[in-house]
Amino acid sequence: METLTLEPLEQRLAPRRGRPPSKRRRATRRNLTSYGFLCAALFCFAMFAWWPIIKEVLLSFQQTNLVDKPSWVGLENFRTVMDDPAFGQAWRNTLVFTLLALVCGYVVPFAVAIVLNELRHARAYLRFVVYLPVMLPPIVSVLLFRWFYDPGPGLFNQALDSVGLPGLSWLDSTSTALISLVIVSTWMNLGSGVLIYLAALQNIPGDLYEAAELDGAGILKRIRHVTIPQTRLILMLMLMLQLVATMQVFIEPYMLTGGGPENATVTVVYLMYQYAFVYGGNYGAGSALGLMLMIVLLAVAAVQLRLTREEK
Amino acid sequence: MKPRNLAILLTTGLAFTATACGSGTGSDAGGDTTITVACQPAKTAPKLRKAWTDDVATFEKAHPGVKVKSTDQQPCFDPKTFAAKLAGGQMETVFVVPVTNYADVIAKKQAKDITSSVGLVKNYKDIKQDVRDMVAENGKVYGIPNVSYTVGLVYNRALFTKAGLDPDSPPRTWDEVRAAAKKIADLGDGYVGYGEYGGGNTGGWHFAQALFSRGGEMVQGGKPAFNSPEGKAVLQTLHDMRWEDHSTGSKVLIGWESLMQQMAAGKTGMMLGAPDVVSDVIQKFQGKPEDYGITGIPDGKASLTGGEAYMINPKASAAQTKAALQWIDFEFNTPGKGRFDFARGKANGEAVGVPNNDYMGDSATGKALAEQRKANAALPVANYEPYVTGAAGIAPRLEPAKAQELYAVLDVAMSAVLTRESADVDQLLADAESKANSILARS
Repeated sequence: METLTLEPLEQRLAPRRGRPPSKRRRATRRNLTSYGFLCAALFCFAMFAWWPIIKEVLLSFQQTNLVDKPSWVGLENFRTVMDDPAFGQAWRNTLVFTLLALVCGYVVPFAVAIVLNELRHARAYLRFVVYLPVMLPPIVSVLLFRWFYDPGPGLFNQALDSVGLPGLSWLDSTSTALISLVIVSTWMNLGSGVLIYLAALQNIPGDLYEAAELDGAGILKRIRHVTIPQTRLILMLMLMLQLVATMQVFIEPYMLTGGGPENATVTVVYLMYQYAFVYGGNYGAGSALGLMLMIVLLAVAAVQLRLTREEK
Repeated sequence: MKPRNLAILLTTGLAFTATACGSGTGSDAGGDTTITVACQPAKTAPKLRKAWTDDVATFEKAHPGVKVKSTDQQPCFDPKTFAAKLAGGQMETVFVVPVTNYADVIAKKQAKDITSSVGLVKNYKDIKQDVRDMVAENGKVYGIPNVSYTVGLVYNRALFTKAGLDPDSPPRTWDEVRAAAKKIADLGDGYVGYGEYGGGNTGGWHFAQALFSRGGEMVQGGKPAFNSPEGKAVLQTLHDMRWEDHSTGSKVLIGWESLMQQMAAGKTGMMLGAPDVVSDVIQKFQGKPEDYGITGIPDGKASLTGGEAYMINPKASAAQTKAALQWIDFEFNTPGKGRFDFARGKANGEAVGVPNNDYMGDSATGKALAEQRKANAALPVANYEPYVTGAAGIAPRLEPAKAQELYAVLDVAMSAVLTRESADVDQLLADAESKANSILARS
């Protein structure tokens, strides 16, 4: 069906000169502003997202000092990083971190959002308090936790001491270092997750809960049969975003543990950083690692999209 | 503004932004030669910055036709941005490179060959030969050394006194270090006898320092050589200090500044460090000047060398190269001028007196510098005498090839002995050797 488009009034009243412009030219002129904005956005994406991605793919097959012309080295960079003694450990740590961060960073904000949604008093205040860590620059949050984790005067060990429990080594033990980083990450990102879940929860019609209550459903059944199905799309989206974000963990090991102790917190992105900026600027090897991570993330995203479609 | 005009403006602006690439190497336009120089003091140090600005004015007056533009990026050399700056045309004409990066920068042709122009630096030949050799390859010169020192043992004299130790007779061997550390740790909770790093590559770096001091080697004939009696002694001593004597503290430190901060807090007795650590502990981290001293590295078989050199952008023109070397000569290599205007430095509150630079050695210029530094000392120079006499006879050692990758491997061993009582030193070194083998085989 053809839609009727009206030209602006002054344009319709203005005297026409020569041949009337063709339909395509009129449409082009009408959309010129949109094209302008689109071009700016496309330019930004091309310049700051697509080109760096293409460059990374190219660099992973090259050796370069960023001054002379790069030379092609085939799969040499991939061999270099795969021969690295920390390579396997970095992937294991990244996967464990991702799993733990999903368990904590996915479930905890959802549970907090449900509790906040149920509250009748001080809701705005509590939301502000929960969101507050997000407003802190990540580096400040991480430095705060460095003090919390200090084995001597640190907050956590002081708290444990005050209830008669022995202190932990937190960042200084291979058994607790990674989980300590997960706690930092969960704390830093909790607020954003809670806000998004809260928005989704508030869109659930109240009569669904009323009907469930009339049917005798308790709180757990209401969550299982009303809340989760009604927020399924948001939950899937958050799962995807969490996966992508947590697999790229860097700032926590960089600032708190330097990958240690005994490589217990070396992650893929941390190793990538080491190659590019610490091991004498081996950008090719760093890019090769980046490309591997990108492929894994794309595969995870594809599987998840497929599962989501099948569910629909 | 109408949306259409705004859209056009945005697109055009972005296009201009993308194409507008400034050149950091200066220019020769209009008969004037412009050079850009790194390491201008930050705005947070107004007195030092003013001194620099005055030097630039004096230099420009003495060299008509030369314009100097300064950059104040801190730190002066950042390996993370170095290559990108060079590739993007943003690198200064004159930039500084630490000794750890000499080989890499030269191998990657990121510095200009200045062999034919080194005579412009009048005191060049007074710089120690071994220090000059570090920035030369195949008979070609790629930089003018600016600082050179070896690692020693920094210690807190006040804590020594408190623990019943003689601050004028600091430890000379690792056994003495261990005994002194225990006495300091016994002062009570929070006291650390000997501070050490355990991660972020600084652990492996300090392992190398301790290894050299005991006469060990990191790499020999292209193979890792640290799995040796000396290497075992380094780890075993540290392990025993941590778990038997409890004299190293329980916190694993990463990052170069963390140990200096702990030292400046006044409850850490000793750490490995070069004289610049003393300056930083006092100036940057507000330690009491009279409390800190430095001596030669324990055992003293050899010591890791540190320092920096000024290099020239490979894209610099002949005129810029000449002006750049004249600047290096004026600001960094002339007694009484530029950074060696010790009287001005003292008036500006600089840590004058720390023997943090021995690049001129016993040459005429070196002696003149030592005398002027002593005459204008703002710090207790007697506290540094054990280092001056002790470090003089210690052989300097350069970092091995693939240093940072080897340090990362040795971080594991260092963090293991500092965090795990059951750590098996032999196994740790064998694992590290196997990993180092594959790293060195690749190179």
